[in-house]
Amino acid sequence: MKRLESNLTNMVLSLTLVALVAAALLGGLYVLTKAPIELQKQQKQQAAITSVLPQIEGMTIAEPEKADGMTLYKAYKDGEWVATAVETTENGFGGKFKVMIGFDQKGNVVNYEVLEHQETPGLGDKMTFWFKNADKQGQNILGSNPADRQFVVSKDGGEVDAITAATISSRAFLKAVNNAYAVIAASPVEAATGASQQVN
Amino acid sequence: MSKALNTFTNGLVRENPTFGLVLGMCPTLATTTSAVNGMSMGLATMFVLVCSNVVISLLRNLIPDKVHIPAYIVVIASFVTMVQLLMQAYVPAIYETLGLFIPLIVVNCIVLGRAEAFAAKNNVGLSLLDGLGMGLGFTISLTVLGAVRELLGTGSFFGMTVYPDNYGMLIFVLAPGAFIALAFLMAAVNKLRK
Amino acid sequence: MVYFLIIISAIFVNNIVFSQFLGICPFLGVSKRINTAVGMGAAVTFVLTLATIVTYLLQRYVLAAFGLEFLQTILFILVIAALVQMIEIVLKKMSPSLYQALGVFLPLITTNCCILGVAILVADGTWAAKVPGAEANLLQGTVYAFATAVGFALALVLFAGIREQLAMNKVPKAMEGTPIALLTAGLLAMAFMGFSGVV
Repeated sequence: MKRLESNLTNMVLSLTLVALVAAALLGGLYVLTKAPIELQKQQKQQAAITSVLPQIEGMTIAEPEKADGMTLYKAYKDGEWVATAVETTENGFGGKFKVMIGFDQKGNVVNYEVLEHQETPGLGDKMTFWFKNADKQGQNILGSNPADRQFVVSKDGGEVDAITAATISSRAFLKAVNNAYAVIAASPVEAATGASQQVN
Repeated sequence: MSKALNTFTNGLVRENPTFGLVLGMCPTLATTTSAVNGMSMGLATMFVLVCSNVVISLLRNLIPDKVHIPAYIVVIASFVTMVQLLMQAYVPAIYETLGLFIPLIVVNCIVLGRAEAFAAKNNVGLSLLDGLGMGLGFTISLTVLGAVRELLGTGSFFGMTVYPDNYGMLIFVLAPGAFIALAFLMAAVNKLRK
Repeated sequence: MVYFLIIISAIFVNNIVFSQFLGICPFLGVSKRINTAVGMGAAVTFVLTLATIVTYLLQRYVLAAFGLEFLQTILFILVIAALVQMIEIVLKKMSPSLYQALGVFLPLITTNCCILGVAILVADGTWAAKVPGAEANLLQGTVYAFATAVGFALALVLFAGIREQLAMNKVPKAMEGTPIALLTAGLLAMAFMGFSGVV
């Protein structure tokens, strides 16, 4: 078969056809993958929230609230507040990072998850696990509380060991924890009103 | 038969996209921080390469010469968008790691290059083989580079610890290490070729 | 102040070639001589800034407005290709001298991944995560795009300067050509790492 001649009709026709078929195929695939993509996003968010909150049977998580540019997910059991997960953003070494931190009733850190970050691989990115190492109490912040223990790197006179060779990342991380704690400490504890999502 | 075999092995060895043609350097350097990342990027590119080669070969006589580039770009971009949507839906973790470099497959010179140089002139079967060979060559190169960087940088191989990461040379995971590791691999390949 | 941070960040700290790995093909391809490097750098700066503005507006008022974000890749690459063609035609008519300086580089620019890459970064607003206090709006995005292109031009010219010197030296046979260029780029990237943490 000979190649089509490059006259105007042929050019317009072939380009339109290619574009139409492409658009139709993509539109179809978009509709097909829309639900799974949404589901993945929700699951990721949900997994982060549940992993930073204490494991309590029959706990419900309220609709997210905004405070000071942070997002708060409060958890209730039998109408009583038990814990809160705070999602906050802070400037690190390589740019902004987003972290989810869970606090229990006493204000102790239950767990945290770094959701997004731009820190240097192998240095600052150790923040994803450094501050929850149960074997090294100097760097572990889980189970303690910014009110009793100074959440500042030891180099600045605080009580937490910074990540080796990543002091700026460590400072930024602890600042995020302190800011999140300040919001928790300031917000009055009220009864469950918006409890809607069932966990477990 | 020998022509088919030749077409297939061409991309693997003689005209290997990374070590022979030196094309598609951006994803090669950017996504090979570990063997798995390099392999995922290679496979995503291979999917686009094979599909676009086949479709362009089928359409090669229906598209007038003067508009062939825009038409090819539409075909390639469609397949890239498909990869984006499918990865977001089923392997979101990998999609996030590779990030920007998935949509950038569109401007990977290998894809448009093969469409122009091969698929536009050959039949569907050969174009398929060419896409597979080139894609596989690209994937293997990226996986090897990723494995070298991961081993030297973090002391693991495909995520399995070989030696403690305290002894790793961090520079190989960072940007300069990408250039340096590829430089020495390429020199080694040049040496072996002779 | 924030504009200053954006410019420093885009040119030095997060240099597009040495830390983001975009635009490597022209970086290796047209860096053998300083004057071609300058021409390419200028052409990229021009197209990148213009393309970013156009694609940002398209993303905001067409794709996002109609929920068609999934067509981003396909639309952007076509718009960039068309834009490059248009710039070529306009330059030829309006300013033949500028066309002479930049014309040969224009066709190469469509497949330069730093154009599409930066257009996507600005349209999605993800670039702002690297600069404290930056907002992903049109003005700051455009400044970022312009500064990124300047960073590209800087990298290209620096690299061309080194390669001109390198061409006169003896290099081991296996390292000739691309390997030694990559090695040089690696050392330059290491130097640029010194800027990290500045912004």
